[in-house]
Amino acid sequence: MTALAPPPIRVAKSSNPTGGRSKPVVWMVLPALLMFTAFGLVPLLGVLGLSFTQWDGIGAINPAGLDSWKAVLSEPGLLHSLWVTFLVMALSWVFQTPLSLLIGVFLASHKRYRGFLAVLYFIPLLLSSAAIAITFSALLNPNFGLGAGLGVELLNQDWLGQGNLALGVLVFVVSWQFIPFHSLIYQGGVRQIPTSMYEAAQIDGAGKVRTFFSITLPQLKYTIITSSTLMVVGSLTFFDLIFVLTAGGPGDATRVLALEMYQTGFKANLMGPASVIAVILVLVGLGLALLLRRLGGGAATDSQLEGA
Amino acid sequence: MAHPLSTFDRPCTWRLKSTETSVERSPISRRTFLSLTAAAGAGAALAACGSSGPGGGSSGGGSASTASYWFLTGQPGEGIRQAAAERFNKANPNNKLQFTAFENDAYKQKIKTAIGAGQAPTLIWGWGGGGLKSYVDAGQVEDLTDWFGQNAAVKDKLFPSSFGPATINGKIYAMPCETVQPIILYYNKKVFEQAGAKVPQSFEEMMALVPTFKNKGIAPFSLAGKARWTNMMWLEFLLDRIGGPDVFNAVFAGEKDAWSNPAVLDMLTKIQGMVAAGAFGKGFSSVDAAGNADQALLYTGKAAMMLHGGWTYGSMKNDGGKFVSSGQLGWMNFPPVEGGKGDPADTVGNPGQYLAISSKASAEQKETAKKFFQTGVLDQEEVKAWVNEGGSVPVVKGTESVLAASPDADFLKFVYDTSVNAKVFAQSWDQALSPTAAEALLDNIAKLFQNQVSPQQWVTNMNQVIGK
Repeated sequence: MTALAPPPIRVAKSSNPTGGRSKPVVWMVLPALLMFTAFGLVPLLGVLGLSFTQWDGIGAINPAGLDSWKAVLSEPGLLHSLWVTFLVMALSWVFQTPLSLLIGVFLASHKRYRGFLAVLYFIPLLLSSAAIAITFSALLNPNFGLGAGLGVELLNQDWLGQGNLALGVLVFVVSWQFIPFHSLIYQGGVRQIPTSMYEAAQIDGAGKVRTFFSITLPQLKYTIITSSTLMVVGSLTFFDLIFVLTAGGPGDATRVLALEMYQTGFKANLMGPASVIAVILVLVGLGLALLLRRLGGGAATDSQLEGA
Repeated sequence: MAHPLSTFDRPCTWRLKSTETSVERSPISRRTFLSLTAAAGAGAALAACGSSGPGGGSSGGGSASTASYWFLTGQPGEGIRQAAAERFNKANPNNKLQFTAFENDAYKQKIKTAIGAGQAPTLIWGWGGGGLKSYVDAGQVEDLTDWFGQNAAVKDKLFPSSFGPATINGKIYAMPCETVQPIILYYNKKVFEQAGAKVPQSFEEMMALVPTFKNKGIAPFSLAGKARWTNMMWLEFLLDRIGGPDVFNAVFAGEKDAWSNPAVLDMLTKIQGMVAAGAFGKGFSSVDAAGNADQALLYTGKAAMMLHGGWTYGSMKNDGGKFVSSGQLGWMNFPPVEGGKGDPADTVGNPGQYLAISSKASAEQKETAKKFFQTGVLDQEEVKAWVNEGGSVPVVKGTESVLAASPDADFLKFVYDTSVNAKVFAQSWDQALSPTAAEALLDNIAKLFQNQVSPQQWVTNMNQVIGK
């Protein structure tokens, strides 16, 4: 949900306080505001309301007070899916961030073969999650997949049939899909760094590694925060790929919060408890987004280019 | 993690919910929102996540008496359903059916949402049982008891056992249609021959074969564990053979702690014993039934046996090359368990499919639907099509001659005899129970096969959702 929020819009201070410039700017906020209200706030309030009711999705909606909240909070399923969600989030961050950072830096230089590689790296992003999930589950099929087909024993694991292994595969596939996107962000970030800094470092005799850690990385601070926010909040609502790849299985080993919500609401017809999970999902997402902003430290408008 | 497109996934999840709530409360405002989006140009992306399926419910085109009818895709069923509807439309130019086909899983979601929003089609296709009961409880489907009383000929032409899942609290709410689908134990004759194995006559003999096949690198049983309901078929048959039909009937009737019957513990222990013995082959829990990978294991000789629905005969015939036509496929009813109370003639599965009439439809539409029940559903042409193209037994009495003339006569006779001779034709548990209890059941079954719950915990978990 949070990713839907429109970026804060700062109305430029007009030199003339009564000047006519502020009016059209306010008007320009309106479409985004309307969209956000209609598709963000109204459903959110609806779900909040539903969490205090008992409804099977078909019959009448009956008020049920805190019943759904009590039911969900006392269920071990919630804690488990929160934990799985956290694992997916943390592992995919740990896996994706260094790789996309390196690829982004690598692709940032203006060399022709790197431009070609950039196009290749970009391909996974063009595929739909469902297609990726179906392809990987076919490749990893223990009976007809890659391992069995090539006769390579190492590849012939029960990839999606064992809890920990399935979680690992999931993180891998997620990363495979989204590293190109984050590389793109880092590539853009690196290209924003003024060349004068690198030239100065070169004159001072700094090597490639030193330049990377002393200039590139600090300069990418806000890019890292942006990319991490997208990763972390995105992984909260991650659904389609997991649904097709493992359906939350084996057992409930990969059942993340979003999947738990779907199964409670649309499979078990318990819209009340499903809405509770949805509200929890929103709260966790908001909390994490705020936390990441805080971690960034300072105001986002601080200059990054001191000394440039 | 979140690339630009995936932000659209999030509103989808939310929007499904919001549609349901806002339709209940204020349909006009929702429409306003929709037109706003369209104006903003983002409408296409949002609408793509599933609000507007084809055939907008009861308001669908045509004259006032045009009844809408949604059914499932997938050949050969889809073609047969469509041909039946087209024949009816040709014979009744003033009472037409407007039909739309949906993929199985998509349909299950779509129909639930549509009924909840008061946008149900006139004819509601389904599996009867617990799903139908939730529609009945919400007052969304017509009571057909009186209609069947007045049209005894329609009722008498169908298998009596098919009316079980259509009957809720002693009243009939749906017309049985299409085919009877008991669950069958299939086996690969060639694999049995190669391993020098004899067709097992009891559960114990079956288990004795597990090491025989395993040593040859063949999975004793093919099982698509990812789908969960596939695992459930093992529980259904084992419980019936061990404890007889009354054990599950007590659960179905909502008796307190009905799962605590010792037969249940025995059954669950046997299941986990099978898993521990490697009876289901490597990686069974990630095999998916949706791609028919489990059937492929059987017909490619990578598995020796498979417990599956009668409908898989047709798909194995289609996909398995010469496997079925050359007579390599064997079949039998689930064997008895030594010392068990169950009658080995009993069976489990789908006693039929069901057509209910939406109570929200207009009087004219209901009239058309009833006319379809009378003259369209399972007419002679459709019966022949199910037998010859579908390789299935329609829920109609007296089809022996049609069945005998079919190229699949042996199999069809077996299905017909199994269905007619079974004293108890139990409905699949997940269809018989309410959606809430069914989801808990499937969840716990998946965990049982993963050793994530012990038999005792399973019983405790399931007792909590009895009657819910």
